[in-house]
Amino acid sequence: MTSVVTARLPRKGFSPVQYAIALQGIVWRESLRFVHQRGRFISALVRPLVWLFIFASGFRAVLGISIIPPYQTYVTYDVYITPGLMAMIQLFNGMQSSLSMVYDRETGNMRTLLVSPFPRWYLLTCKLFAGAAVGVLQVYTYLLIAYFWGIEPDSPWGYVTVLPALFLSGLMLGSLGMVMSSLIRQLENFAGVMNFVIFPMFFASSALYPLWEVQEKSPWLAAICWLNPFTYAVELIRFAFYEQLDLTSLVVDIGCTIAFLAAAILAYDPARGMLIRRGGGVE
Amino acid sequence: MTLDERVTREKDVLRTAALEVAGVSHFYGKRKALDNVSFVVEPGSFTVLLGLNGAGKSTLFSLITHLYATRSGKIWIFGYEIGRQTREALRRLGVVFQPRTLDLELTVMQNLIYHAALHGIGPREAKRRAGAVLARAGLAERAGDRVRNLSGGLIRRVEIARAFLHRPELLLLDEATVGLDVKARADIIAQVRALVASEGIGVLWTTHLIDEIAKTDSVVILHEGKVREKGLATEILARTGAPDMAAAFVKVTGAHMHTEANP
Repeated sequence: MTSVVTARLPRKGFSPVQYAIALQGIVWRESLRFVHQRGRFISALVRPLVWLFIFASGFRAVLGISIIPPYQTYVTYDVYITPGLMAMIQLFNGMQSSLSMVYDRETGNMRTLLVSPFPRWYLLTCKLFAGAAVGVLQVYTYLLIAYFWGIEPDSPWGYVTVLPALFLSGLMLGSLGMVMSSLIRQLENFAGVMNFVIFPMFFASSALYPLWEVQEKSPWLAAICWLNPFTYAVELIRFAFYEQLDLTSLVVDIGCTIAFLAAAILAYDPARGMLIRRGGGVE
Repeated sequence: MTLDERVTREKDVLRTAALEVAGVSHFYGKRKALDNVSFVVEPGSFTVLLGLNGAGKSTLFSLITHLYATRSGKIWIFGYEIGRQTREALRRLGVVFQPRTLDLELTVMQNLIYHAALHGIGPREAKRRAGAVLARAGLAERAGDRVRNLSGGLIRRVEIARAFLHRPELLLLDEATVGLDVKARADIIAQVRALVASEGIGVLWTTHLIDEIAKTDSVVILHEGKVREKGLATEILARTGAPDMAAAFVKVTGAHMHTEANP
């Protein structure tokens, strides 16, 4: 038998290169999983395209959107909801990551991650980055198809300026999903997430209709929409797609990302988190 | 640095056991799962943690691997306390959990590269090491197979190979042979024993199957959350006056133990 254990470990820490290797490995694994799960990839694309091709086309005939920032002219309904659909992809992707973490916890895969010697906050942040990167890929694939439907930004630079907005919103929604994965004990409970989180967040936002119209007809509903973090993800993407910055949305998105990520790190901390009260995901 | 801190530091430096569990207790709500558990795994030794299902073995495993925080008592891995020096402790640990933890969607090689990345090992070095550990486990030809297509025994052997990838100094295996047929069980036990002999690493092997114990092993008998007996198998037999470990287990705990024939 040939010995492969030829050297013992050095005594101290990891180098920045090793931290980068861990990040790269986690992103690589998430990407591979996504590619292998073709059904997930296709459904992630079909969902917004159904909204664009059927729902928006139907309403396009009866609805137009008046001139509101960032638009400088009247826009058709399918143009209006495109940023909302980009955010929807991110929302579903974030929740899919949450589902995946619950699944990993149930099957034991999560332990591979959690017994890594890297700090747990770093591992969770890497996982968050990986999920956001996968979400960004999905959005650009959607935008490619939408381009042939006549949906495009004012200039090609819009595709570039929307990238950081997509990434940040992906981080925010992914970190929210991470918090939820710590709260969900069993995979079966995930249907509740669909009913009580994804749909309310999507519908009570500016994704499908401008909030000034909601404000006129139902101020309390408008208030809920303004309290919904998803609204700010939509608006950040909407403005960025037209090479503009919505500062309020940027601040809210960053703030929510930090808060959700901190909650997730706390939840996965073995000393303080919810996992220990829930059996730690192990039996 | 206070005197107490200096004494603690000195103790840390002097502590050479591969694993030291000292006075560990753990509760689930009001139920006590572990009660003042203490034992040591020496470097290069094969230690069996023996207990029935529900004895507290998996809870102890979760504490050693820091999936749970140790709230009462201390755990050191090569002198590094798992709660305070988690990174250094976990770096020295190779773990095979009771549930399968390979990603079924990925190939064997992809799983190993992912594991290596989680220990800061880059893809090139990971491939080299993975090739070596797979060859040693007789799995070189399965490197490109999707894990979903492997049998339970092969998956377990891949997990053991994976646990060696980052060159641990202590290997933990939690019920590694559960659900496997007789040949697969024998292969895996032989694989681990051979690795202990060749690499000189410490092993903590938890099981509820008494026939997995060899006479030269150290044994810790855990029952209802308490350590009832510990020492070399031969010492336990001498102390209890039992003809074999099954009888010793009954004497010590009052419960009947599982064997391969009667799991």
